[in-house]
Amino acid sequence: MLDDFLLRVFLAGLGVALAAGPLGCFVVWRRMAYFGEATSHAAILGVALALAIPANIFVGTLAVALLMALAVSALTDRGLAMDTTLGVMAHAALSFGLVGVSFVQGARVNLTAYLFGDILAVGRRDLAFIWIGVAAVLALLIWRWSALLTTTLNEDLAVAADLNPRRERLVLTLALALVVAVAIKVVGALLIVAMLIIPAAAARGPSRTPEAMAALATAIGALAVLAGLWASFRFDTPAGPSIVAAAALLFVLGLAVPRRG
Amino acid sequence: MPRLRGAHMTPLSAEDVSVRFGGAEVLRNVDIAIHPGEIVTVIGPNGSGKSTLLRVLLGAIRPATGKVTRKQGLAIGYMPQRLAMDGRMPLTVRRFLSLPVRRRADAARAALARVGVPGIEGQSLATLSGGQLQRVLLARALLAVPQILIMDEPTQGLDQPGTAAFYKLVEDVRAETGAAILMVSHDLHVVMSASDRVICLNGHVCCQGAPKVVANAPEYRALFGLGTGGAFALYQHAHDHDHDHAEQDDAR
Repeated sequence: MLDDFLLRVFLAGLGVALAAGPLGCFVVWRRMAYFGEATSHAAILGVALALAIPANIFVGTLAVALLMALAVSALTDRGLAMDTTLGVMAHAALSFGLVGVSFVQGARVNLTAYLFGDILAVGRRDLAFIWIGVAAVLALLIWRWSALLTTTLNEDLAVAADLNPRRERLVLTLALALVVAVAIKVVGALLIVAMLIIPAAAARGPSRTPEAMAALATAIGALAVLAGLWASFRFDTPAGPSIVAAAALLFVLGLAVPRRG
Repeated sequence: MPRLRGAHMTPLSAEDVSVRFGGAEVLRNVDIAIHPGEIVTVIGPNGSGKSTLLRVLLGAIRPATGKVTRKQGLAIGYMPQRLAMDGRMPLTVRRFLSLPVRRRADAARAALARVGVPGIEGQSLATLSGGQLQRVLLARALLAVPQILIMDEPTQGLDQPGTAAFYKLVEDVRAETGAAILMVSHDLHVVMSASDRVICLNGHVCCQGAPKVVANAPEYRALFGLGTGGAFALYQHAHDHDHDHAEQDDAR
């Protein structure tokens, strides 16, 4: 039974690392960190709604995260989503979410689980949702990979190659909302962006191609999950923050590696 | 309005195109047609809508009025002014050439050799000099076997010999492939020697025609100043200019 529990925990963490690695590279390449913050903070609002209705937490977070991501994306298209706007939206969503959750009976106790993750509470059903989400994210990214890279480099270059930059941005928006929904139980709404950015940033130095960077970011994320969970069991520290702390240590180690391209 | 002969046969043309950003009209009533195999250069002061015109023709911007016509299945090679990169994305020359369409190694090698930067497949884009990057961008555009090459200020940041060498290369490419070439440029003196046709743009088409004709046109002089054939161009051109709008007839 213990083995079963451990396996679930590791599989949940590895799933998040697998989806966050390649998507995190795009977040770094396209400077979407604040976009990610706004989307992931909105997930708390999704949790509040899901508890109130009540509905499945994954569905609730996915829906609200997607709405937020689409709203931010639309504002960006019109040149309105500047630093400040995104900051306002991210923290407004978080605050309204927290206020909303406080109205739901008995939910207050569980709040940290959604802010910082509660990977130890991941059940079989959760694990199934996580891996379905991960598979969807990976399928999206692999399907659109070349188009996404081209659009990221230069949108006119993409248009000249008969691609539609708007559609490619939508793919990333959808993938981001999926990762948020998948990762909220594992690392929590506040640390999802960390799992996107830190492994990707750590992977930049030794990589020479986008594919190498995505693969390395995934590996670093997976290593951070293993190390963080080990530390969590060993020192009885919270799992989500331990995973992110491990990723940050790997990032610092990576700084010692000379940049290759 | 300049009359465009044979506009229905051209690979790429725009008719009566106007573009607005917000409330401001960036382009108004622009007619332009690119004929097979000709080198057309668009010149104009900063903010005159040159890049916008290229992006309309490319299909990246939908015009508010008017229409852009492309020959069915037209292969476009596009060379952007710059890439949105500061080394955040690791990218070798070889990988870049295969975006988004995968290219064979021998085709990539040949394209790089053709534009004068052989054997740099393994180099990172971030480590290339300005001149090398321009050539790699051109190589990538050529791999599409374009019927028209569209280039947005291809020699930006190059020194004079580099600029001259690049335009020589463009002329050679045209001679070899027969592709039409449409570009935006600031290098007036080179433009005048390297183009078949020059379009002087300032929100609208001020004048167009063979370089010599345009250089003597009053509209051109109003924009770029007299003397030295425009080599010391005046770029701080105000939009309330007062040249008459009876436009130069197609000067060929």
